[in-house]
Amino acid sequence: MSAAPEHAPTMAQATLADRVGPYMPVLLVPLLALAGFLAIMNPASWLTLTVSGLAMGMMIFIMASGLTLVFGLMDVINFGHGAFVSVGAFVGITVLMALGQMTAAPSLLLNLGAVLLAVIGAILATGAMGWAFEKVIVAPVYGHHLKQILVTMGGLIVVEQLIIVLWGPEEIYFNRPEALKGAVTFAGAAIEKYRLVAVVVGLAVFAAMRWVLRRTKIGLIVRAGVENGEMVEALGYRLKLVFVGVFIAGSALAGLGGVMWALYQEVITAHMGNHAMILIFIVVIIGGLGSVEGCFIGALLVGLLQNYIAFIEPKAALISNIALMVAILMWRPMGMIPVVKAK
Amino acid sequence: MSDAILTLDGVYTNIAQYHILQGVDLEVPRGAVTMLLGRNGVGKTTTLRSIIGHWRAHQGCILFDGEDITKLPTPAIARLGLGFVPEDMGIFADLTVEENMQLAAVSGPINSARLDWIFTAFPPLKTFWKSDAGTLSGGQKQMLSIARAMVEERKLYLIDEPTKGLAPAIISTMAKALKDLKQQGSSVLLVEQNFAVAKALGDSANVMDDGRMIWSGEMAELGRDAALQERLMGLSMEAH
Repeated sequence: MSAAPEHAPTMAQATLADRVGPYMPVLLVPLLALAGFLAIMNPASWLTLTVSGLAMGMMIFIMASGLTLVFGLMDVINFGHGAFVSVGAFVGITVLMALGQMTAAPSLLLNLGAVLLAVIGAILATGAMGWAFEKVIVAPVYGHHLKQILVTMGGLIVVEQLIIVLWGPEEIYFNRPEALKGAVTFAGAAIEKYRLVAVVVGLAVFAAMRWVLRRTKIGLIVRAGVENGEMVEALGYRLKLVFVGVFIAGSALAGLGGVMWALYQEVITAHMGNHAMILIFIVVIIGGLGSVEGCFIGALLVGLLQNYIAFIEPKAALISNIALMVAILMWRPMGMIPVVKAK
Repeated sequence: MSDAILTLDGVYTNIAQYHILQGVDLEVPRGAVTMLLGRNGVGKTTTLRSIIGHWRAHQGCILFDGEDITKLPTPAIARLGLGFVPEDMGIFADLTVEENMQLAAVSGPINSARLDWIFTAFPPLKTFWKSDAGTLSGGQKQMLSIARAMVEERKLYLIDEPTKGLAPAIISTMAKALKDLKQQGSSVLLVEQNFAVAKALGDSANVMDDGRMIWSGEMAELGRDAALQERLMGLSMEAH
Protein backbone atom coordinates (compact mmCIF):
# COMPACT_ATOMS: atom_id res chain seq x y z
CA MET A 1 0.00 0.00 0.00
CA SER A 2 1.42 3.35 -0.91
CA ALA A 3 1.76 5.95 1.76
CA ALA A 4 -0.68 8.78 1.89
CA PRO A 5 0.67 11.96 0.31
CA GLU A 6 2.23 14.27 2.82
CA HIS A 7 0.13 17.25 3.52
CA ALA A 8 -0.99 19.24 6.47
CA PRO A 9 -4.57 20.37 6.70
CA THR A 10 -4.84 24.09 6.22
CA MET A 11 -6.97 25.77 8.81
CA ALA A 12 -8.04 29.21 7.79
CA GLN A 13 -8.56 31.61 10.64
CA ALA A 14 -12.31 31.82 11.15
CA THR A 15 -13.65 35.17 10.08
CA LEU A 16 -14.95 37.57 12.69
CA ALA A 17 -18.49 37.00 11.43
CA ASP A 18 -18.11 33.23 11.93
CA ARG A 19 -16.77 33.61 15.42
CA VAL A 20 -19.34 36.15 16.56
CA GLY A 21 -22.21 34.42 14.73
CA PRO A 22 -23.37 32.09 17.50
CA TYR A 23 -23.50 34.93 20.00
CA MET A 24 -25.15 37.42 17.69
CA PRO A 25 -28.71 36.87 18.92
CA VAL A 26 -27.63 37.49 22.51
CA LEU A 27 -25.69 40.58 21.48
CA LEU A 28 -28.69 41.99 19.65
CA VAL A 29 -30.42 42.95 22.91
CA PRO A 30 -27.66 45.26 24.23
CA LEU A 31 -27.09 46.51 20.67
CA LEU A 32 -30.73 47.47 20.38
CA ALA A 33 -30.62 49.12 23.80
CA LEU A 34 -27.55 51.07 22.71
CA ALA A 35 -29.20 52.10 19.46
CA GLY A 36 -32.21 53.21 21.46
CA PHE A 37 -29.94 55.28 23.70
CA LEU A 38 -28.33 56.98 20.71
CA ALA A 39 -31.69 57.68 19.13
CA ILE A 40 -33.35 59.01 22.27
CA MET A 41 -30.39 60.97 23.68
CA ASN A 42 -32.04 61.40 27.05
CA PRO A 43 -30.78 59.01 29.74
CA ALA A 44 -33.84 59.33 31.98
CA SER A 45 -36.38 58.68 29.20
CA TRP A 46 -34.17 55.93 27.84
CA LEU A 47 -34.04 54.14 31.20
CA THR A 48 -37.80 54.37 31.65
CA LEU A 49 -38.41 53.02 28.16
CA THR A 50 -35.81 50.28 28.52
CA VAL A 51 -37.28 48.94 31.76
CA SER A 52 -40.73 49.19 30.27
CA GLY A 53 -39.57 47.35 27.14
CA LEU A 54 -37.86 44.64 29.15
CA ALA A 55 -40.99 44.20 31.30
CA MET A 56 -43.15 43.89 28.22
CA GLY A 57 -40.67 41.47 26.68
CA MET A 58 -40.64 39.29 29.79
CA MET A 59 -44.42 39.05 29.79
CA ILE A 60 -44.52 38.17 26.10
CA PHE A 61 -41.84 35.55 26.75
CA ILE A 62 -43.86 33.94 29.53
CA MET A 63 -46.91 33.81 27.28
CA ALA A 64 -44.97 32.53 24.24
CA SER A 65 -42.56 30.00 25.77
CA GLY A 66 -45.11 27.21 25.95
CA LEU A 67 -46.12 27.70 22.33
CA THR A 68 -42.58 27.35 21.00
CA LEU A 69 -42.02 24.07 22.89
CA VAL A 70 -45.38 22.67 21.84
CA PHE A 71 -44.57 23.39 18.22
CA GLY A 72 -41.01 22.11 18.47
CA LEU A 73 -41.92 18.90 20.23
CA MET A 74 -44.96 17.70 18.32
CA ASP A 75 -45.08 19.94 15.27
CA VAL A 76 -48.41 21.26 16.52
CA ILE A 77 -49.45 24.77 15.57
CA ASN A 78 -51.72 25.97 18.35
CA PHE A 79 -53.56 29.11 17.30
CA GLY A 80 -55.67 28.67 20.41
CA HIS A 81 -52.75 29.44 22.71
CA GLY A 82 -54.16 32.94 23.29
CA ALA A 83 -57.22 31.38 24.95
CA PHE A 84 -55.02 30.44 27.90
CA VAL A 85 -53.82 34.03 28.18
CA SER A 86 -57.40 35.29 28.39
CA VAL A 87 -58.59 32.59 30.78
CA GLY A 88 -55.53 33.08 32.99
CA ALA A 89 -56.24 36.80 33.14
CA PHE A 90 -59.95 36.39 33.94
CA VAL A 91 -59.49 33.71 36.57
CA GLY A 92 -56.54 35.52 38.14
CA ILE A 93 -58.22 38.91 38.23
CA THR A 94 -61.46 37.39 39.55
CA VAL A 95 -59.49 35.89 42.42
CA LEU A 96 -57.71 39.20 42.95
CA MET A 97 -60.94 41.19 43.01
CA ALA A 98 -62.47 38.74 45.45
CA LEU A 99 -59.51 39.45 47.71
CA GLY A 100 -60.22 43.18 47.66
CA GLN A 101 -59.41 43.55 51.32
CA MET A 102 -55.97 42.06 50.86
CA THR A 103 -55.15 44.14 47.78
CA ALA A 104 -56.34 47.42 49.31
CA ALA A 105 -54.47 46.92 52.57
CA PRO A 106 -51.26 48.96 52.87
CA SER A 107 -49.28 45.80 53.56
CA LEU A 108 -46.77 44.45 51.09
CA LEU A 109 -47.18 40.94 52.44
CA LEU A 110 -50.97 40.90 52.08
CA ASN A 111 -50.75 42.48 48.62
CA LEU A 112 -48.26 39.96 47.35
CA GLY A 113 -50.22 37.16 49.01
CA ALA A 114 -53.28 38.18 47.02
CA VAL A 115 -51.30 38.30 43.77
CA LEU A 116 -49.80 34.91 44.53
CA LEU A 117 -53.24 33.41 45.10
CA ALA A 118 -54.44 34.98 41.86
CA VAL A 119 -51.48 33.52 40.00
CA ILE A 120 -52.03 30.07 41.53
CA GLY A 121 -55.69 30.21 40.57
CA ALA A 122 -54.82 31.19 37.00
CA ILE A 123 -52.16 28.50 36.67
CA LEU A 124 -54.42 25.76 38.00
CA ALA A 125 -57.28 26.82 35.74
CA THR A 126 -55.19 27.13 32.57
CA GLY A 127 -53.20 23.98 33.35
CA ALA A 128 -56.42 21.95 33.67
CA MET A 129 -57.78 23.65 30.58
CA GLY A 130 -54.59 22.82 28.70
CA TRP A 131 -55.01 19.17 29.56
CA ALA A 132 -58.59 19.17 28.26
CA PHE A 133 -57.66 21.24 25.19
CA GLU A 134 -54.93 18.77 24.24
CA LYS A 135 -57.21 15.75 24.68
CA VAL A 136 -60.29 17.11 22.94
CA ILE A 137 -58.98 19.54 20.33
CA VAL A 138 -55.33 18.87 19.54
CA ALA A 139 -54.94 15.08 19.86
CA PRO A 140 -57.32 14.22 16.97
CA VAL A 141 -55.39 16.40 14.50
CA TYR A 142 -51.77 15.36 15.00
CA GLY A 143 -49.82 15.62 11.79
CA HIS A 144 -52.38 17.77 9.96
CA HIS A 145 -51.31 21.40 9.99
CA LEU A 146 -54.35 22.84 8.23
CA LYS A 147 -56.74 21.02 10.52
CA GLN A 148 -54.70 22.17 13.51
CA ILE A 149 -54.97 25.80 12.49
CA LEU A 150 -58.72 25.55 11.88
CA VAL A 151 -59.62 23.55 14.95
CA THR A 152 -57.40 25.43 17.42
CA MET A 153 -58.71 28.76 16.10
CA GLY A 154 -62.18 27.36 16.59
CA GLY A 155 -61.21 26.42 20.13
CA LEU A 156 -60.05 29.98 20.74
CA ILE A 157 -63.38 31.39 19.55
CA VAL A 158 -65.33 28.99 21.76
CA VAL A 159 -63.24 29.94 24.79
CA GLU A 160 -63.64 33.67 24.07
CA GLN A 161 -67.39 33.26 23.87
CA LEU A 162 -67.44 31.22 27.07
CA ILE A 163 -65.60 34.05 28.81
CA ILE A 164 -68.28 36.46 27.58
CA VAL A 165 -70.97 34.10 28.86
CA LEU A 166 -69.35 33.80 32.28
CA TRP A 167 -67.98 37.30 32.82
CA GLY A 168 -70.09 39.40 30.45
CA PRO A 169 -69.10 41.28 27.31
CA GLU A 170 -67.81 44.43 29.01
CA GLU A 171 -64.17 45.24 29.63
CA ILE A 172 -63.36 44.82 33.30
CA TYR A 173 -61.28 47.57 34.87
CA PHE A 174 -59.55 47.04 38.18
CA ASN A 175 -56.74 48.45 40.28
CA ARG A 176 -53.38 46.92 40.97
CA PRO A 177 -52.66 46.06 44.60
CA GLU A 178 -51.34 49.05 46.54
CA ALA A 179 -47.79 47.77 46.76
CA LEU A 180 -47.53 47.46 42.98
CA LYS A 181 -48.81 50.96 42.27
CA GLY A 182 -46.60 53.95 41.72
CA ALA A 183 -43.06 54.30 40.60
CA VAL A 184 -39.58 54.52 41.99
CA THR A 185 -37.20 57.20 40.82
CA PHE A 186 -33.77 56.12 39.76
CA ALA A 187 -31.19 58.40 38.15
CA GLY A 188 -33.89 60.87 37.34
CA ALA A 189 -36.04 58.29 35.62
CA ALA A 190 -39.44 57.21 36.87
CA ILE A 191 -39.72 53.46 36.78
CA GLU A 192 -43.03 51.81 37.54
CA LYS A 193 -42.69 49.32 40.36
CA TYR A 194 -44.83 46.76 38.59
CA ARG A 195 -42.50 46.74 35.59
CA LEU A 196 -39.59 45.87 37.84
CA VAL A 197 -41.64 43.03 39.31
CA ALA A 198 -42.44 41.80 35.79
CA VAL A 199 -38.75 41.81 34.88
CA VAL A 200 -37.85 39.83 37.99
CA VAL A 201 -40.64 37.28 37.45
CA GLY A 202 -39.70 36.93 33.78
CA LEU A 203 -36.07 36.31 34.62
CA ALA A 204 -37.07 33.76 37.26
CA VAL A 205 -39.31 31.89 34.81
CA PHE A 206 -36.58 31.88 32.17
CA ALA A 207 -33.98 30.66 34.67
CA ALA A 208 -36.32 27.92 35.90
CA MET A 209 -37.13 26.78 32.37
CA ARG A 210 -33.48 26.69 31.44
CA TRP A 211 -32.67 24.74 34.56
CA VAL A 212 -35.35 22.17 33.84
CA LEU A 213 -34.34 21.90 30.18
CA ARG A 214 -30.60 21.68 30.85
CA ARG A 215 -30.30 19.86 34.14
CA THR A 216 -33.10 17.33 34.37
CA LYS A 217 -33.84 14.15 32.48
CA ILE A 218 -37.28 15.45 31.48
CA GLY A 219 -35.52 18.48 30.06
CA LEU A 220 -33.15 16.27 28.10
CA ILE A 221 -36.08 14.31 26.70
CA VAL A 222 -37.86 17.52 25.69
CA ARG A 223 -34.79 19.00 24.00
CA ALA A 224 -34.01 15.74 22.24
CA GLY A 225 -37.66 15.35 21.28
CA VAL A 226 -37.73 18.77 19.65
CA GLU A 227 -34.84 17.65 17.47
CA ASN A 228 -35.76 14.05 16.67
CA GLY A 229 -38.86 12.68 18.35
CA GLU A 230 -38.70 9.37 16.53
CA MET A 231 -35.28 8.59 18.01
CA VAL A 232 -36.41 9.55 21.52
CA GLU A 233 -39.18 6.99 21.19
CA ALA A 234 -36.74 4.40 19.87
CA LEU A 235 -34.76 4.87 23.09
CA GLY A 236 -37.88 3.90 25.03
CA TYR A 237 -39.42 7.21 26.13
CA ARG A 238 -43.13 7.84 25.71
CA LEU A 239 -42.91 11.15 23.93
CA LYS A 240 -46.68 11.55 23.76
CA LEU A 241 -46.86 11.64 27.54
CA VAL A 242 -44.02 14.16 27.73
CA PHE A 243 -45.81 16.26 25.15
CA VAL A 244 -49.04 16.34 27.15
CA GLY A 245 -46.98 17.46 30.15
CA VAL A 246 -45.33 20.21 28.12
CA PHE A 247 -48.70 21.28 26.74
CA ILE A 248 -50.11 21.60 30.26
CA ALA A 249 -47.03 23.47 31.51
CA GLY A 250 -47.09 25.76 28.47
CA SER A 251 -50.78 26.49 29.00
CA ALA A 252 -50.16 27.26 32.67
CA LEU A 253 -47.33 29.62 31.70
CA ALA A 254 -49.64 31.36 29.25
CA GLY A 255 -52.10 31.72 32.13
CA LEU A 256 -49.38 33.25 34.30
CA GLY A 257 -48.49 35.59 31.46
CA GLY A 258 -52.17 36.49 31.16
CA VAL A 259 -52.40 37.54 34.80
CA MET A 260 -49.21 39.57 34.51
CA TRP A 261 -50.37 41.20 31.29
CA ALA A 262 -53.71 42.02 32.93
CA LEU A 263 -52.00 43.59 35.95
CA TYR A 264 -49.90 45.63 33.53
CA GLN A 265 -52.89 46.92 31.55
CA GLU A 266 -55.31 47.09 34.52
CA VAL A 267 -58.09 46.00 32.21
CA ILE A 268 -59.18 42.63 30.86
CA THR A 269 -61.22 41.70 27.80
CA ALA A 270 -62.19 38.36 26.32
CA HIS A 271 -60.10 39.18 23.24
CA MET A 272 -56.88 40.10 25.01
CA GLY A 273 -55.36 36.66 24.37
CA ASN A 274 -56.19 36.84 20.70
CA HIS A 275 -54.53 40.26 20.48
CA ALA A 276 -51.45 39.04 22.32
CA MET A 277 -51.16 36.17 19.81
CA ILE A 278 -49.79 38.51 17.16
CA LEU A 279 -46.82 39.45 19.32
CA ILE A 280 -46.49 35.88 20.55
CA PHE A 281 -46.25 34.52 17.02
CA ILE A 282 -43.74 37.17 16.00
CA VAL A 283 -41.58 36.28 18.98
CA VAL A 284 -41.79 32.52 18.41
CA ILE A 285 -40.94 32.90 14.72
CA ILE A 286 -38.00 35.27 15.08
CA GLY A 287 -36.66 33.27 18.02
CA GLY A 288 -36.58 30.04 16.02
CA LEU A 289 -39.38 27.51 16.44
CA GLY A 290 -38.74 25.23 19.39
CA SER A 291 -36.07 27.40 21.02
CA VAL A 292 -36.75 28.76 24.50
CA GLU A 293 -33.61 30.91 24.41
CA GLY A 294 -34.55 32.32 21.01
CA CYS A 295 -38.04 33.03 22.26
CA PHE A 296 -36.61 34.90 25.26
CA ILE A 297 -34.30 37.06 23.15
CA GLY A 298 -37.01 37.63 20.56
CA ALA A 299 -39.44 38.77 23.24
CA LEU A 300 -36.94 41.24 24.68
CA LEU A 301 -36.22 42.64 21.21
CA VAL A 302 -39.92 43.07 20.47
CA GLY A 303 -40.57 44.71 23.84
CA LEU A 304 -37.64 47.12 23.60
CA LEU A 305 -38.22 48.06 19.98
CA GLN A 306 -41.92 48.69 20.49
CA ASN A 307 -41.22 51.04 23.41
CA TYR A 308 -38.39 52.94 21.73
CA ILE A 309 -40.30 53.42 18.48
CA ALA A 310 -43.47 54.44 20.29
CA PHE A 311 -41.43 57.22 21.91
CA ILE A 312 -39.46 58.32 18.86
CA GLU A 313 -42.08 57.97 16.15
CA PRO A 314 -45.45 56.79 17.53
CA LYS A 315 -46.94 56.25 14.08
CA ALA A 316 -44.24 53.70 13.23
CA ALA A 317 -44.88 51.62 16.37
CA LEU A 318 -47.50 49.49 14.65
CA ILE A 319 -45.17 48.27 11.96
CA SER A 320 -41.99 48.13 14.04
CA ASN A 321 -42.45 44.53 15.11
CA ILE A 322 -43.37 43.31 11.67
CA ALA A 323 -40.30 45.15 10.34
CA LEU A 324 -38.20 43.45 13.02
CA MET A 325 -39.55 40.08 11.98
CA VAL A 326 -38.83 40.75 8.31
CA ALA A 327 -35.30 41.91 9.10
CA ILE A 328 -34.51 38.90 11.29
CA LEU A 329 -35.96 36.41 8.84
CA MET A 330 -33.93 37.93 6.03
CA TRP A 331 -30.85 37.47 8.20
CA ARG A 332 -31.77 34.02 9.52
CA PRO A 333 -34.71 32.49 7.68
CA MET A 334 -35.19 29.79 10.33
CA GLY A 335 -35.22 32.30 13.18
CA MET A 336 -32.36 33.45 15.40
CA ILE A 337 -31.73 30.10 17.10
CA PRO A 338 -33.12 27.42 14.82
CA VAL A 339 -33.79 24.15 16.59
CA VAL A 340 -36.45 22.39 14.61
CA LYS A 341 -35.19 21.23 11.26
CA ALA A 342 -37.56 21.61 8.36
CA LYS A 343 -39.80 18.57 8.34
CA MET B 1 -33.94 -22.50 14.52
CA SER B 2 -35.67 -22.90 17.82
CA ASP B 3 -33.92 -20.31 19.96
CA ALA B 4 -34.64 -17.13 18.02
CA ILE B 5 -34.59 -13.78 19.80
CA LEU B 6 -36.54 -12.22 16.92
CA THR B 7 -38.84 -13.74 14.35
CA LEU B 8 -40.57 -12.00 11.46
CA ASP B 9 -43.33 -14.01 9.89
CA GLY B 10 -44.74 -12.80 6.58
CA VAL B 11 -44.37 -9.09 7.32
CA TYR B 12 -45.90 -6.61 4.88
CA THR B 13 -45.19 -2.89 5.32
CA ASN B 14 -46.57 -0.14 3.12
CA ILE B 15 -45.23 3.41 3.06
CA ALA B 16 -47.90 5.65 1.58
CA GLN B 17 -49.02 3.80 -1.54
CA TYR B 18 -45.78 1.83 -1.89
CA HIS B 19 -45.66 -1.79 -0.86
CA ILE B 20 -42.12 -1.94 0.48
CA LEU B 21 -42.09 -5.19 2.42
CA GLN B 22 -43.97 -8.02 0.78
CA GLY B 23 -43.92 -10.90 3.17
CA VAL B 24 -40.57 -10.80 4.94
CA ASP B 25 -39.60 -13.90 6.92
CA LEU B 26 -36.59 -13.61 9.18
CA GLU B 27 -35.14 -15.45 12.14
CA VAL B 28 -32.49 -13.81 14.31
CA PRO B 29 -30.81 -16.38 16.54
CA ARG B 30 -29.86 -15.48 20.09
CA GLY B 31 -26.24 -14.61 20.81
CA ALA B 32 -25.11 -14.26 17.21
CA VAL B 33 -24.62 -11.62 14.55
CA THR B 34 -27.19 -11.87 11.79
CA MET B 35 -26.53 -9.99 8.59
CA LEU B 36 -29.28 -8.40 6.52
CA LEU B 37 -27.93 -7.88 3.02
CA GLY B 38 -29.18 -6.82 -0.36
CA ARG B 39 -28.94 -4.08 -2.95
CA ASN B 40 -30.08 -0.53 -2.24
CA GLY B 41 -33.79 -0.03 -1.96
CA VAL B 42 -34.84 -3.62 -1.38
CA GLY B 43 -36.32 -2.99 2.07
CA LYS B 44 -33.51 -3.57 4.60
CA THR B 45 -34.03 -0.27 6.42
CA THR B 46 -37.79 -0.68 6.24
CA THR B 47 -37.42 -4.09 7.87
CA LEU B 48 -35.52 -2.57 10.81
CA ARG B 49 -37.98 0.32 11.09
CA SER B 50 -40.89 -2.11 11.06
CA ILE B 51 -39.29 -4.06 13.90
CA ILE B 52 -38.82 -0.99 16.10
CA GLY B 53 -42.31 0.21 15.16
CA HIS B 54 -41.49 3.42 13.30
CA TRP B 55 -43.42 1.97 10.44
CA ARG B 56 -46.25 -0.43 11.03
CA ALA B 57 -46.46 -3.89 9.56
CA HIS B 58 -49.87 -4.14 7.92
CA GLN B 59 -49.80 -7.87 7.89
CA GLY B 60 -47.72 -10.60 9.45
CA CYS B 61 -46.27 -11.01 12.88
CA ILE B 62 -43.11 -9.86 14.67
CA LEU B 63 -42.08 -11.85 17.74
CA PHE B 64 -39.38 -10.52 20.05
CA ASP B 65 -38.16 -12.79 22.80
CA GLY B 66 -41.44 -14.68 22.69
CA GLU B 67 -43.64 -11.60 22.77
CA ASP B 68 -45.77 -10.32 19.89
CA ILE B 69 -44.57 -6.74 19.30
CA THR B 70 -46.31 -6.17 15.96
CA LYS B 71 -48.77 -3.67 17.40
CA LEU B 72 -46.81 -2.32 20.39
CA PRO B 73 -45.86 1.37 20.39
CA THR B 74 -42.19 2.12 19.71
CA PRO B 75 -41.23 3.07 23.31
CA ALA B 76 -42.69 -0.18 24.63
CA ILE B 77 -40.78 -2.20 22.02
CA ALA B 78 -37.54 -0.39 22.91
CA ARG B 79 -38.07 -1.03 26.61
CA LEU B 80 -38.30 -4.76 26.00
CA GLY B 81 -34.57 -4.57 25.28
CA LEU B 82 -34.01 -3.39 21.72
CA GLY B 83 -31.14 -1.04 20.92
CA PHE B 84 -31.63 0.78 17.62
CA VAL B 85 -28.96 2.51 15.52
CA PRO B 86 -30.77 4.12 12.59
CA GLU B 87 -29.25 4.71 9.19
CA ASP B 88 -29.18 8.49 9.75
CA MET B 89 -27.60 7.87 13.18
CA GLY B 90 -30.36 9.81 14.98
CA ILE B 91 -27.87 11.94 16.90
CA PHE B 92 -29.26 14.81 18.98
CA ALA B 93 -27.00 17.53 17.59
CA ASP B 94 -27.97 20.20 20.11
CA LEU B 95 -27.19 17.95 23.05
CA THR B 96 -23.67 17.22 24.21
CA VAL B 97 -22.13 13.79 23.78
CA GLU B 98 -22.64 13.26 27.50
CA GLU B 99 -26.31 14.23 27.30
CA ASN B 100 -26.85 11.93 24.32
CA MET B 101 -25.44 9.08 26.38
CA GLN B 102 -27.39 9.99 29.53
CA LEU B 103 -30.59 9.99 27.55
CA ALA B 104 -29.80 6.56 26.15
CA ALA B 105 -29.32 5.17 29.66
CA VAL B 106 -33.06 4.74 30.10
CA SER B 107 -33.06 2.89 33.40
CA GLY B 108 -30.79 5.20 35.38
CA PRO B 109 -27.29 6.64 35.59
CA ILE B 110 -24.67 5.32 33.19
CA ASN B 111 -22.87 2.22 34.42
CA SER B 112 -19.22 3.28 34.77
CA ALA B 113 -17.71 -0.06 33.78
CA ARG B 114 -19.76 -0.02 30.61
CA LEU B 115 -18.75 3.56 29.94
CA ASP B 116 -15.07 2.59 30.29
CA TRP B 117 -15.59 -0.16 27.75
CA ILE B 118 -17.26 2.34 25.39
CA PHE B 119 -14.41 4.83 25.84
CA THR B 120 -11.90 2.09 25.03
CA ALA B 121 -13.81 1.19 21.89
CA PHE B 122 -14.41 4.79 20.85
CA PRO B 123 -11.74 7.08 22.38
CA PRO B 124 -13.00 10.24 20.61
CA LEU B 125 -16.20 10.12 22.65
CA LYS B 126 -14.14 10.65 25.80
CA THR B 127 -12.28 13.56 24.20
CA PHE B 128 -15.49 15.27 23.09
CA TRP B 129 -17.61 14.22 26.07
CA LYS B 130 -18.71 17.79 26.83
CA SER B 131 -19.00 18.98 23.21
CA ASP B 132 -22.22 19.39 21.27
CA ALA B 133 -22.82 16.23 19.29
CA GLY B 134 -23.53 18.37 16.23
CA THR B 135 -19.89 19.40 16.08
CA LEU B 136 -18.60 15.83 15.77
CA SER B 137 -17.32 14.44 12.49
CA GLY B 138 -19.36 11.88 10.59
CA GLY B 139 -17.35 8.98 11.97
CA GLN B 140 -17.56 10.28 15.53
CA LYS B 141 -21.31 10.71 15.18
CA GLN B 142 -21.56 7.10 14.08
CA MET B 143 -19.48 6.07 17.10
CA LEU B 144 -21.84 8.01 19.35
CA SER B 145 -24.86 6.45 17.69
CA ILE B 146 -23.57 2.94 18.36
CA ALA B 147 -22.27 3.81 21.82
CA ARG B 148 -25.71 5.13 22.67
CA ALA B 149 -27.24 1.77 21.84
CA MET B 150 -24.52 -0.01 23.83
CA VAL B 151 -24.72 2.15 26.96
CA GLU B 152 -27.12 -0.33 28.49
CA GLU B 153 -27.19 -4.03 27.85
CA ARG B 154 -29.90 -4.84 25.33
CA LYS B 155 -31.24 -8.20 24.28
CA LEU B 156 -30.93 -7.29 20.61
CA TYR B 157 -29.17 -4.55 18.69
CA LEU B 158 -30.58 -3.36 15.36
CA ILE B 159 -27.80 -1.57 13.52
CA ASP B 160 -28.33 0.03 10.11
CA GLU B 161 -25.22 0.50 7.98
CA PRO B 162 -22.73 1.56 10.64
CA THR B 163 -19.85 1.95 8.19
CA LYS B 164 -21.66 3.95 5.54
CA GLY B 165 -19.53 6.78 4.21
CA LEU B 166 -16.77 6.34 6.76
CA ALA B 167 -13.00 6.44 6.25
CA PRO B 168 -11.26 3.02 6.28
CA ALA B 169 -9.51 3.70 9.60
CA ILE B 170 -12.84 4.46 11.26
CA ILE B 171 -14.49 1.44 9.66
CA SER B 172 -11.98 -0.81 11.41
CA THR B 173 -12.68 0.89 14.75
CA MET B 174 -16.36 0.30 14.15
CA ALA B 175 -15.83 -3.34 13.16
CA LYS B 176 -13.72 -3.89 16.27
CA ALA B 177 -16.44 -2.49 18.53
CA LEU B 178 -19.09 -4.65 16.90
CA LYS B 179 -16.81 -7.65 17.37
CA ASP B 180 -16.57 -6.77 21.07
CA LEU B 181 -20.32 -6.68 21.23
CA LYS B 182 -20.49 -10.06 19.56
CA GLN B 183 -17.94 -11.55 21.96
CA GLN B 184 -20.09 -10.48 24.88
CA GLY B 185 -22.73 -12.78 23.52
CA SER B 186 -25.08 -10.05 22.33
CA SER B 187 -27.57 -10.66 19.57
CA VAL B 188 -27.18 -8.28 16.65
CA LEU B 189 -29.16 -7.73 13.47
CA LEU B 190 -26.85 -5.81 11.19
CA VAL B 191 -27.48 -4.15 7.84
CA GLU B 192 -24.13 -3.73 6.16
CA GLN B 193 -23.00 -2.91 2.64
CA ASN B 194 -19.30 -3.32 3.34
CA PHE B 195 -18.83 -6.97 2.47
CA ALA B 196 -15.47 -7.33 4.24
CA VAL B 197 -17.05 -6.17 7.48
CA ALA B 198 -20.08 -8.39 6.89
CA LYS B 199 -17.86 -11.41 6.32
CA ALA B 200 -15.78 -10.71 9.40
CA LEU B 201 -18.73 -10.26 11.73
CA GLY B 202 -21.66 -12.21 10.42
CA ASP B 203 -22.66 -15.65 11.64
CA SER B 204 -25.67 -16.01 9.44
CA ALA B 205 -26.86 -13.96 6.51
CA ASN B 206 -30.19 -13.06 4.99
CA VAL B 207 -30.43 -11.51 1.58
CA MET B 208 -33.39 -9.41 0.50
CA ASP B 209 -34.66 -8.42 -2.90
CA ASP B 210 -37.83 -6.54 -3.80
CA GLY B 211 -39.22 -6.61 -0.29
CA ARG B 212 -38.76 -10.32 0.26
CA MET B 213 -36.13 -12.59 1.73
CA ILE B 214 -34.53 -14.47 -1.13
CA TRP B 215 -31.78 -16.35 0.64
CA SER B 216 -30.89 -17.33 4.21
CA GLY B 217 -27.90 -19.30 5.35
CA GLU B 218 -24.43 -19.17 6.83
CA MET B 219 -22.49 -15.97 6.22
CA ALA B 220 -19.36 -18.02 5.56
CA GLU B 221 -21.11 -19.91 2.81
CA LEU B 222 -22.21 -16.70 1.10
CA GLY B 223 -18.77 -15.17 1.60
CA ARG B 224 -17.08 -18.04 -0.22
CA ASP B 225 -19.40 -18.21 -3.19
CA ALA B 226 -18.90 -15.31 -5.59
CA ALA B 227 -21.41 -16.78 -8.03
CA LEU B 228 -24.06 -16.89 -5.34
CA GLN B 229 -23.32 -13.29 -4.38
CA GLU B 230 -23.66 -12.26 -7.98
CA ARG B 231 -26.96 -14.06 -8.32
CA LEU B 232 -28.39 -12.62 -5.07
CA MET B 233 -27.07 -9.10 -5.11
CA GLY B 234 -26.41 -8.41 -8.73
CA LEU B 235 -22.64 -8.32 -8.47
CA SER B 236 -19.83 -9.92 -6.59
CA MET B 237 -19.51 -8.07 -3.31
CA GLU B 238 -15.74 -8.49 -3.51
CA ALA B 239 -15.86 -5.85 -6.23
CA HIS B 240 -16.57 -3.23 -3.57
